Amino acid sequence: MLSKRLIACLDVRNGCVVKGVQFEGLRNAGDPAALARRYNLEGIDELVILDVTATLESRQALADTIHAVSRELFIPLAVGGGIRSLDDAEAAIEAGADKVSVNSAALIDPALITRLAARYGSQAIVVAIDAKRAGGRFDVFSRSGSTGTGREAVEWAKQAEECGAGEILLTSIDQDGTREGFDCELTAAVSTAVSIPVIASGGAGTFQHFLDVFTAGRADAALAASVFHYSEHAVSELKQFLDSNGVPVRLQPV
Amino acid sequence: MIALIDYGAGNLTSVRKGFAAAGADLYTPATPADLRDATGIVVPGVGHFAATAALDAGWRGAITSALGRGAKLFGICLGQQWLFQGSDEDPDVPGLGIIAGRCRRLPPTLKVPHVGWNSLDIRRPSRLLAGIAPGTQAYFTHSYAADVTPEAVAVTTHAAPFASVVETDQVFGVQFHPEKSAAAGVQMLRNFVSLCSPSA
Repeated sequence: MLSKRLIACLDVRNGCVVKGVQFEGLRNAGDPAALARRYNLEGIDELVILDVTATLESRQALADTIHAVSRELFIPLAVGGGIRSLDDAEAAIEAGADKVSVNSAALIDPALITRLAARYGSQAIVVAIDAKRAGGRFDVFSRSGSTGTGREAVEWAKQAEECGAGEILLTSIDQDGTREGFDCELTAAVSTAVSIPVIASGGAGTFQHFLDVFTAGRADAALAASVFHYSEHAVSELKQFLDSNGVPVRLQPV
Repeated sequence: MIALIDYGAGNLTSVRKGFAAAGADLYTPATPADLRDATGIVVPGVGHFAATAALDAGWRGAITSALGRGAKLFGICLGQQWLFQGSDEDPDVPGLGIIAGRCRRLPPTLKVPHVGWNSLDIRRPSRLLAGIAPGTQAYFTHSYAADVTPEAVAVTTHAAPFASVVETDQVFGVQFHPEKSAAAGVQMLRNFVSLCSPSA
């Protein structure tokens, strides 16, 4: 049976992980490769490197980071933040990314999704959607959640799939950073409307939140950052918890 | 010498890095003639079956000749599908046909594409899977998959069972991405590299 995936997000700026990490024994907590290595040992299923600055100056640092992580970790690696063109995607993929995540640029030019998919295959193209509740619907925002787009999340996800997206990375702006749980209603609405996998993001705080988003939220994967930093064994303990609650996960071979 | 055939179906950076971790520096043949000294040939690939049309008569002939000299062939993802006679994804493009059987679209009773980690039901002893524990999971991303034929040494199920690993005396194939399947995947690459060494 297909496992539900746990994806760790590394927010990086100029080659360093931004959010605090408290693993003991990690020689350099800000080193993305060291953190990625740690997550890999714990059994994380996939990594996302998010360039939170996405400035021209940070591009080389990002490529170096991708290269360092992909050289020793053999799990899928997605890269997002400031991917606006085929050239941006090429730089990330040549450095060792398996997937690129596009957000604002795809909202401006949905055909970018098609061009990227034609070049690298749909499996390499993740469309990130940042959505916020507005009455009975979910509005899509761009530019890190700062700008309204007039689009609705379910409709935009369907359009992205038609354009050639391979996966949807769906972030709830309302829940992001709250640690109060994923927006299961939003996730289920999008996940049932498309046939491509939906990665839920925003709000992870407890193990129960992951169980909720994999059941009520119909998520195919769940992404988190800081929750995995709480303890050294968060990933493996979370997987044991999900497994004991009937959610299929990839357990480490003994 | 192990060749990695780049026929334009996807980026090969990850495959190359995976083999590097498995101890092999793969070369990319520019023309079919460059396969003359290959002891192993890797056919990777992601995307649409139509892309395999680039593996034209010249490549097919050189690969067949290499097999005649005892070389080993390894198809990964789309490369495995190409080992079969063809795929419903593009019925006009013939596969290599070294394995009798076809590739079909996975049934829509579950989400397709099949993306993520799924388990390998290992059906019989395999050299490619030497050292791989039963129930090991591998990373898949595909919509079409091959029939379960006698060559299938491992079967995976997503809405329907399909051949996730095939193996004959000289021909090997995996539907998943070993280069993205953690330590177990690298072990499979290492196994293939060993099989291609002159003493094997």
